[in-house]
Amino acid sequence: MKLRNLTALAATTALCAPMAFAADMADEMTIVSWGGAYSNSQIKAYSEPYAEKTGVTIINDESSAEAVAKLRAMNEAGNVTWDVVDVVAADAMRLCDEGLAMEIDPDEHLAPAPDGTSAEDDFGDLLVSDCFIPQIVYSTTFGYRTDLVGDTPPSKICDVFDLEAYPGKRALEKRPINNMEWALLCDGVAKEDVYDVLETEEGQEQALAKLDTIKDSVIWWSAGADTPQLLADGEVVMGSTYNGRLFSVIEEQDQPVAMLWDAQVFDLDGWIIPAGLSDERKARALDYIYFATDTQRLADQAKYISYGPARASSAPLVGQHAELGIDMAPHMPTDPENSKNTFLYNYEFWADYRDDIDAKFQAWLAK
Amino acid sequence: MSDTTQSGPVLSADGTPLKRSLARALRMQKVRALMLIAPLLIFILLTFILPIADMLFRSVENRIVADTLSETVVTLEEWDAMSGDAPGEAVYESLYYDLFVAAEAKEHTKLGTRLNYEQTGISSLFRSSGRKMDDFGEDHVEAIEDASDGALKDAALWYEIMTGGSSDAGNTELLKAQRSKMAQLTGEGFGGDIGFVPGADISETFPRLARAYTDFALFVAVMDGDVVAEEDPWESVFVAFAQEVQAPGGAEKIAGYTGPGAAELQAAAAALADLEPISFKQTFVDIDEDWEDVGNWRTIQTYSPKYTSGYFLNSIDMQKGVDGAEARPENQQIYITLFKRTMFMSLVITGSCILLGYPVAWILANLPTRTANLLMILVLLPFWTSLLVRTSAWKVMLQQQGVINDVLVWLGLVADDARLVMINNQFGTIVAMTHILLPFMILPMYSVMQTINPTYLRAAKSLGATNWTAFWRVYFPQSVPGIGAGSILVFILSIGYYITPEIVGGTKGVFISNRIAYHISSSLNWGLAAALGTILLAVVLLLYWAYDKIVGIDNVKLG
Repeated sequence: MKLRNLTALAATTALCAPMAFAADMADEMTIVSWGGAYSNSQIKAYSEPYAEKTGVTIINDESSAEAVAKLRAMNEAGNVTWDVVDVVAADAMRLCDEGLAMEIDPDEHLAPAPDGTSAEDDFGDLLVSDCFIPQIVYSTTFGYRTDLVGDTPPSKICDVFDLEAYPGKRALEKRPINNMEWALLCDGVAKEDVYDVLETEEGQEQALAKLDTIKDSVIWWSAGADTPQLLADGEVVMGSTYNGRLFSVIEEQDQPVAMLWDAQVFDLDGWIIPAGLSDERKARALDYIYFATDTQRLADQAKYISYGPARASSAPLVGQHAELGIDMAPHMPTDPENSKNTFLYNYEFWADYRDDIDAKFQAWLAK
Repeated sequence: MSDTTQSGPVLSADGTPLKRSLARALRMQKVRALMLIAPLLIFILLTFILPIADMLFRSVENRIVADTLSETVVTLEEWDAMSGDAPGEAVYESLYYDLFVAAEAKEHTKLGTRLNYEQTGISSLFRSSGRKMDDFGEDHVEAIEDASDGALKDAALWYEIMTGGSSDAGNTELLKAQRSKMAQLTGEGFGGDIGFVPGADISETFPRLARAYTDFALFVAVMDGDVVAEEDPWESVFVAFAQEVQAPGGAEKIAGYTGPGAAELQAAAAALADLEPISFKQTFVDIDEDWEDVGNWRTIQTYSPKYTSGYFLNSIDMQKGVDGAEARPENQQIYITLFKRTMFMSLVITGSCILLGYPVAWILANLPTRTANLLMILVLLPFWTSLLVRTSAWKVMLQQQGVINDVLVWLGLVADDARLVMINNQFGTIVAMTHILLPFMILPMYSVMQTINPTYLRAAKSLGATNWTAFWRVYFPQSVPGIGAGSILVFILSIGYYITPEIVGGTKGVFISNRIAYHISSSLNWGLAAALGTILLAVVLLLYWAYDKIVGIDNVKLG
C-alpha cells in the first residue's frame, strides 16, 4: 500500500512540483485503522484521492484494536507517531477523557454540507465526544443460517433466546455490552427502561439470569471475524457481529446466511487526532480530516463496505457497490426497512458501568 | 647497623607499593570485562529490569488523586466516612477550586476514569461536573463584572491588583507552592519566569483570591504561552473574590484594603452585598446529586494516599472497605478462580507434554543420526509455523462441524446430533497448547538423552535387569534433568499464555493473562493489570524456588 501511495506521490510531484504541499504541513502521515476490508474502503475512498490531490505519503497502520492502549503508551513515552486514528466512539470518549486526543470544533475544522448546512448540524447527534469526528454508522446485529432454522426464520431479537424454536448454538460477543440490553429486552423490560433497569444490581442480575437460559448454547466471540466463520462452518445457527461482516458473508461469499435486523445496536466509528502533535503534523491531520469527512467522501466509502455514512447529507449520495454492482442503500443499517427497531449504543452509560458490569459478566462466564 | 631492612611495603619497579599496583591491574581487568558485557547488561536493564520495576511500581502507585485534588484530599481527611453524612462546606469549597483548575487542564476526566474503577459512576460525575464549573456563583461573577462600569473586566487591572503594584515585595512563597501544585497536576515543568509574582499584601488579605489568580497566571503563562496581564482571569478568581468578601470579616477586609484597584474592588464588594454567599455544596448537589453520595466521597478518601494496596486487593477478589480490606461481592469474584485455573491447566499441559514428548525424545536420541534429523524436522516444523495458524488449525480440527467430529460421525462412533464438544472449553485449550509447547519439552529432553551412554543400559541388562528395571532404575534417572528443564520451560510459558486460550478457550479455558490483556488494552486499568502481573511473577518465582528445593536447579540441563 505504501508503495502505491509513493507512486502517487511521485506522479503528483512531477505534475505540480511547485505547489506540491503547503509549507506548513507535514508531507508524510500515519493513518491508523482496523485493517481488512474496512481499511481498504477508507484507502479507496479517502487516502488515495487525498494522496493524489496533495502528494502526501500516507502510511497505513492497522492497530485500531489496541489504539487506546498504544496511544497512552506513546503519550507516556512522549513520542506519538500516529497522525489520524480510526476508533469507535466509546474509545474516542476514553481518549478524550484521558487527554490523549485533541478537541476538534466541527464548524471550524470540518467541511459544511454542499447545501451550506454547517458540519455540526450535518453530523447532528452523532457528535458524541468533543474529540471525535464520526465517519460511519455500523451496527451490531444478528445473522442466521437460512438452512438451519426451519421454515419460519427468526424475525425478532428474542428468537435468539428461544432454544425450542431454534435449537443449536448461538455466537455472542464475550462482553456485556449489547448482550445485557438484548437479554433485558427479551425478559419483558420495555426498550426505554433498559438502561434504568441495568443501572441496578437487580437489573444486572436479571439480565445475567436471562443469558443463563442460553449460556450452554453460546459460543462467545472476541474478534469480529469469528461469527462469520462460525456461520459459514455451520457451527452456530445464529450469531451477532458487525453488519458489514455479515454483508460480506451473504453478498460476497454467497453463504446461506440472512440478516436479522431487529434490535440492532448502532455504533459509530470515526477519526480522532492524537493530542500533542507538532504544528505541521496537526495541520496535515486536520487537512486530511477536512477532506475525508466531507459529504461526497463519506458517501464514497459506502461503495466498498455496507456501513452508513455519518453525515445526513451523504445518505442520498450512496450508490452501488464498486465491484458487485448492487445497490448499497438496502444493506445500510440506517435503511428505513432495516431500522424499524434499533438501539443506539449508550456511551455515557457504558463509560460508567463498563468496568463494574464487565467484572460481573466475566465472573458469571467463569462460573 | 642501619641496614636497609625493608620495613615499609614492598615496592614495584616504578616505586609504587606493589599492593596498589596489583590492585590497579586487577581493577583494569575488571573494567575491561565489564565493558565487554556492558551492551548485554544495558540491554537487559532497559528491556527487562526497568519494565518490570515500572510494573511493580504501577501496581501500588496512586498519585493521581492527590495530584489532581490536592486541596480536597487535605480537607477531606477530617471527614468521618462512617458518619453517613456527606462532608461539610469546606470540602466542597476545596473541591471547586481543585476541579476548576483540573477542568482547565483537562485532568479531571483522567481522575474520573481512575476512580470509576473503584466506584461506578464517578467517571461521568467528573466529566459532566467539569463542564459545569461556570455554574458556581454565576450571579456573583456577573455582579463583579458589572460593578464600576465593567472596570473589573479589564485583564490589566486585575494584573495590577494581584501584583500589588510596583512597590509590593511579592509573595514568592505562594508562587512556589502553586508552581509545584500545577506541576503535579499536569505533569509539565512549571519552572521559569511567568511574568507574575502575587503581591504580598493582597495574598495576606485575600489568600484564596491570590491562590486562584496565581493558578490562573501559571496556567496561561506556561500551558498557553500567553502574557498574564493580557488575559481575562478565570471565573474561579471572581468566585474567590466573592467568597472572601462575603465571608465573615470580609467586609472589614475590603474596607481596609488600600492597594491598587481599591475603588473598583470596593464597588464590586458593594454590588455583592445583596447576594447570598456562594454555597459550593449546594451548587455541586444541583449539578449532580451524586455529589451528596457518601460512597463517592468514601472512595475519594480511601484512594487519597499516593500509594495504595487497592490494586493488589482487587487482584485477589478483595476491596478496600471502610474499615480495611474486605471480600468483594461474590458475583464479582473472578481473579482467584483464574489464578487457580491458570496453575491447574499449566500443570496439566506440562504433564501431557512430558507424556507425549518423552517417547519422541527417546526415539530421536536412539535412532541413527540421519533418520533422527529427519524426525527432528518434523518436530520443529510446527515450531516454525505461526502461532495463530496452528491455533486456528485446531479450531478447524476440533469444532463440532470439524474434521475429527466429521470422521467420528462417518465411522458411526458418534451420532450426528451428538457431536463432541472439543473446543471453546478447557479441553480445547489443553490440546492446542500441548501441541504448541511440545517442542519446548522435546528439545531439552532430546539433548539430555543424547548424552546418556547406551552402554549403561546394556550393562544393567547383562547384570540381569529386566527391560523395565533397566529403564526405570538406570535410564530414567539420568533423563530427569531433561524433564526438569522442559517442564520449567513449558510451565512458565503456559502460565503467561494468552492468544491460544483467547481463541480456543471459550469461557472455561481462559487464563489470567487474558484478563491482564483486557485491563491493558480495553479497560486501561494498568494498575490492576500490573498488580495481577506482579502476583503472577511472584507465583512463578515461588514455584521456581520450590522446584529448586525439591529437585535442585543444578539438576536442570538444556543439553
